[in-house]
Amino acid sequence: MSLATSETSATGRQIPDRLKSAMQRFLGSWELLLLVVAVAVFTINSFASPYFLDPWNLSDATFNFTEKAMIAFAMALLIISGEIDLSVASIIAIASTAMGFAVQMGADTPVLVLIGLGVGLACGAFNGVLVTRLGLPSIVVTIGTMSLFRGLSYIVLGDKAYTGYPPGFAFFGQGYVWWVISFEFVLFAFLAIVFAVLLHRTTFGRAVYSIGNNPVGALFSGIRVPRVKFALFLLTGLMSGVAAICLTSRLGATRPSIAFGWELEVVTMVVLGGVSILGGAGSIPGVVIAAFIMGMVTFGFGLLNVPGIVMSIFIGLLLIAVIALPRIARQVMARRKA
Amino acid sequence: MKFLKSLVAATAVAAVCFAAPAQAETKRIALVVKALGIGFFEAAAKGAEEAAKELGDVEIIYTGPTDTTAEGQIEVINALIAQKVDAIAISANDTDALVPALKKAMQRGIIVVSWDSGVAPEGREMHLNPSSNALIGNMIIKLAADNLPDGGDVAVLSASATATNQNIWIEEMNKVTDKYPGINVVATVYGDDLADKSYREAQGLMQTYPDLKAIIAPTSVGIVAAAQAVSDAEKAGEINVTGLGLPSEMAGHVKSGASKSFAIWNPIDLGYAATMLAYNLATDKAEAKPGAEIPMGRMGSLTLDENNEGAMADPFVYDSSNIDDFKDVF
Repeated sequence: MSLATSETSATGRQIPDRLKSAMQRFLGSWELLLLVVAVAVFTINSFASPYFLDPWNLSDATFNFTEKAMIAFAMALLIISGEIDLSVASIIAIASTAMGFAVQMGADTPVLVLIGLGVGLACGAFNGVLVTRLGLPSIVVTIGTMSLFRGLSYIVLGDKAYTGYPPGFAFFGQGYVWWVISFEFVLFAFLAIVFAVLLHRTTFGRAVYSIGNNPVGALFSGIRVPRVKFALFLLTGLMSGVAAICLTSRLGATRPSIAFGWELEVVTMVVLGGVSILGGAGSIPGVVIAAFIMGMVTFGFGLLNVPGIVMSIFIGLLLIAVIALPRIARQVMARRKA
Repeated sequence: MKFLKSLVAATAVAAVCFAAPAQAETKRIALVVKALGIGFFEAAAKGAEEAAKELGDVEIIYTGPTDTTAEGQIEVINALIAQKVDAIAISANDTDALVPALKKAMQRGIIVVSWDSGVAPEGREMHLNPSSNALIGNMIIKLAADNLPDGGDVAVLSASATATNQNIWIEEMNKVTDKYPGINVVATVYGDDLADKSYREAQGLMQTYPDLKAIIAPTSVGIVAAAQAVSDAEKAGEINVTGLGLPSEMAGHVKSGASKSFAIWNPIDLGYAATMLAYNLATDKAEAKPGAEIPMGRMGSLTLDENNEGAMADPFVYDSSNIDDFKDVF
């Protein structure tokens, strides 16, 4: 859990004599705070509803966040590098539409998976080229492609739906690997490890942090900034393709409105996970815990039949509180020193 | 850490406030709607509560997502499965995408009924249509005939020439015109569900047929435009505009006399009937199979066709006596 090593310049320009020990760093870390919140949410849920502590119910609850979390992992890297992709939900729509179209042409499960991943990659590449080659700001580019990709799905489908996915395809979103452990959950856990290693244990991951902290500095240190950013857009597109496969398989149908509004939930998850929206800081374990918190909060509220709008308010307040907290803490600390 | 404490406290307070008392004996029926905060569905919830009061041992869980998406409804369905409710009565955002989730609900012993907007047959036990094409076709001409005791010329202002629903209703209407002697359907024109085009078509009808006594518009856009055209021509009271419309949009025209009455489904009755059906299936008082007749309280009983679908009733008639009660609803 002590993978986070991102407190680069929080306390000014002093260089400490010794680095803090891993334990000390963990105790003061964002992840610990999130973990406490997660445990609190879990405990409150268990007391609030007699139905919460049931293996099958908990298993069902994981579907509330697994697909979004898969995208959130890639999005975390992208945001750490100082970019953002708001077209992810629309990539799901267009990838799902492409898969649905392929089904009408008689495609089988392996082909569908390839199409889902391929369309995701292609969309990611499109975003990546516009941002890195033409030097356009990613928020503008991806707001554009958000409308573009979903618009294409609407043109193809209108008010119709693609159904009739082959039975084998249902495994990705509805299958169980062992007892209550769903395939989606296993995939989620596997991807969490892959992304944690990628960000925290490879030179690529270090490059992502350095680009986010100081892109010019990173360039002069010999990091190929555009290439890394392009790879991150590709990765985000690919993960959107993976999420599209899971979600389409879970629904068994494609409509152009599929995954509508997910981009904001994904970004919320990433920011709640402690990733700085300005780039340069954040960790995958944080995003993993944030995914659990969001899933458990929505499921817990669902069990109590709290209207969805109250849930949105709560998530919104949580997000604002979580972003404001470190700033307020820093100001208080600064005032004490003065 | 103060934040954390207040967060925990807030969550605890929320949890206590919203925790519903679990009663062992009562049947819990979930009324799942397309999205919360829509007048039509709030009215349906009122009907469901009315049914619950009548039945006595029923608790209604009125719920739905914040926006009209299938994914949102699936999260709601999963939460309802987890609570082991006795029945789910749903107006679906997606005919197909809800099927896997609802199948799971049925596998775990929950009765699933769709109403208003249906689910594919494999995802529900039965579907309640607010009305049927035959009933609608009959109703629209009956509304015109009721105000024309001596008969007269009537014309139809439809949506587009290719609109499936309207064409079926007009076809059904033509089958029963013989039942209303003296009523001559002189023309059918198409306003394409555009306000301005419908308005011009209605004007055209008044000029072409000076003896026109009624305009039947089986579309919520057309009926408003036709009523406006009649008002503007100062023929309110002379030419009666009727058909299918929304009370909120038609209230003014009913008051001005341009429309004496019109029809549409009554959401209160719909929520009431869906609850009654779900209750009767959940208590094994009835079984959903083709040909079955399932009682639904004051709404009579529902006969299921070969697809386990049934039509609730004639469209509900709105006129000056009840428009004020409904104009704020939908």
